[in-house]
Amino acid sequence: MMGGIDRRTIGRWALTGTAALTLFYILMPLISVTWLSFYAQEIPSFPPQGYSLRWYASIVGNERFVSGLLLSVQLGVSATAIGLAVGVPAALCLSRFRFPGREALNNLLLLPLMVPGVVLGTALYVFHVEAEIATGGEFQILGSTVGLLSGHVLVVIPWVVRLVLASLAGFDRTLEEAAHNLGADRWTTFRRITLPGILPGVVAGAMFGFVASFGNLEMSLFLVGPGRTTLPIAILQYLEWKIDPSIAAVSVVQIVLIGAAMLMTDRFVKISRVV
Amino acid sequence: MARLVLNQLSKRYGDFFAARDVTLDVADGEFLVLLGPSGCGKTTTLRMIAGFVEPTSGTVRLGDTDVTRLPAWKRNTGLVFQNYALFPHLTVAQNVAFGLEMRKVAKPEADKRVAEALELVRLGHLGERLPRQLSGGQQQRVALARALVFRPDVLLLDEPLSNLDAKLRQEVRVEIRKLQQSLNLTTVMVTHDQEEALTMADRLVVMSEGAVRQVGTQRDLYERPADRFVAGFVGRSSFLQGALEAPQRFRTAGGIAVACNADLAPGAATMALRPERVIVGPSELTEVDNGFPGEVEFVSYLGGLIDLHIRLSPQDLVIAQIPNREDGFMPEVGDKVHVGWTTASAAVFAGAGSAADSDELQPD
Repeated sequence: MMGGIDRRTIGRWALTGTAALTLFYILMPLISVTWLSFYAQEIPSFPPQGYSLRWYASIVGNERFVSGLLLSVQLGVSATAIGLAVGVPAALCLSRFRFPGREALNNLLLLPLMVPGVVLGTALYVFHVEAEIATGGEFQILGSTVGLLSGHVLVVIPWVVRLVLASLAGFDRTLEEAAHNLGADRWTTFRRITLPGILPGVVAGAMFGFVASFGNLEMSLFLVGPGRTTLPIAILQYLEWKIDPSIAAVSVVQIVLIGAAMLMTDRFVKISRVV
Repeated sequence: MARLVLNQLSKRYGDFFAARDVTLDVADGEFLVLLGPSGCGKTTTLRMIAGFVEPTSGTVRLGDTDVTRLPAWKRNTGLVFQNYALFPHLTVAQNVAFGLEMRKVAKPEADKRVAEALELVRLGHLGERLPRQLSGGQQQRVALARALVFRPDVLLLDEPLSNLDAKLRQEVRVEIRKLQQSLNLTTVMVTHDQEEALTMADRLVVMSEGAVRQVGTQRDLYERPADRFVAGFVGRSSFLQGALEAPQRFRTAGGIAVACNADLAPGAATMALRPERVIVGPSELTEVDNGFPGEVEFVSYLGGLIDLHIRLSPQDLVIAQIPNREDGFMPEVGDKVHVGWTTASAAVFAGAGSAADSDELQPD
């Protein structure tokens, strides 16, 4: 009897310990990078020689970081918008219709998520070069914003498709029949009934798609043009010749932005229901 | 409200007929119930009326219009779904208003009609709630109000009571029927529950394997079942297998000769008996044309009634239902008894059913 209780107590401690360790492991980089961003000295060494906000001030003054952030946001927003326009109808088709090649299409739409960024970037780079040659160099694709955007759309689509499919699986289709019965045609039914029903999936897909595009480094490296960099590339380039806490400050700004966006959307749409 | 006419309506999937030549005429203000086991085609028929299933052949006429090729949203039918299908993101009032909104009814008029419809189902005070904040019974009434508010030509009910508990079901049955009568609604209901069907309908349609087996009033179906299936499905019957030797003489598989009134050619046949029409007594019965000795094989005590399984021969078994009276005859298993029935109370159908068919005694 005693032995049983002891074993249970040990089990509970082991579980709590493992959970705490895992949580620590996940949070550690976030905590340390935040801490580092407030160090006063330039060389990140322990213990800190005081705290300051100077690195936050310095990133606002760094033109490359600011323009990188702007480009990343522009890219993320446009890629997400296009990704939604393509991904939502695609998910609807995949869940509604049985047609030859359906499985293949499903996998194709998820492929960009599985292919390593470097491979995707190389492939697009080569494709852009070939496309320019094929059109006789009339259109500049390589290094153009359109070329970069097309790559980011590819990164967004799998997230949208996957998450919209997940919310469609839980959507009761008799609701659509009820709307038809009450006099709503297909488009009105989609707008008034289906879309509100799958909104958590759409919002979550947009959110994750945006984050994936915003943080994308490897593929973007192949597609940016001279003088135009996204924020992750700007950070990488900065790191190549300098290590100071301004990098940490940039990271904290990103974490706060994305975290705030998540919390705000979750207030309106329960993303946690889908993901 | 309007008259609804189905003419030779069929739906075929490959070689399989989900519905075959369904022809029905529902009068203005009539409550028609489609009754049958699952897979009999009743739901397919209802969905063809609503416009969710496109018929392979045949026509649907609603009032003066042929609606066969019209999409669901251009037909003026009000459907109450089995799971109610209330829009979860809209309030009760918005749910009810949806049909009016689609018909571009002006806001003040729509508000008035929504309020009336909710009052009709006694939910006037819950208009601002969301569907998930209501009980199953209340949701069902919202679905009904939503289907009625735009004054459909026909009200369609798809197993509307199957998700309610037994007690509530009894009440809602009466409620729907009263509403239907007071508003004079042309109504088609689908159900597999024969008690529900019998209590609510003006006329019933018994379906099986995609086809209509019989159309008639409760009395028609019970007293004059058109075939063996109807005899087993509506009410209960016990069956004797055998052959018709002459229009007035049926011989059971066990060799017993039974007098009957059959309008059939001689040959393999089945006799159906209603258990409550079979008389049981301790001694030979003189008041009926058919009296046979038998042995009680099984007794089921149902409270007010008692079911007796009585074996007439190794091949022949009949079921009798007798009232449970204090001074009444109360045989026990193994008792020798006499059973009998009048020729009028036995129905004879052509063809032999398999022995397993006697399991049909209590379909459901």
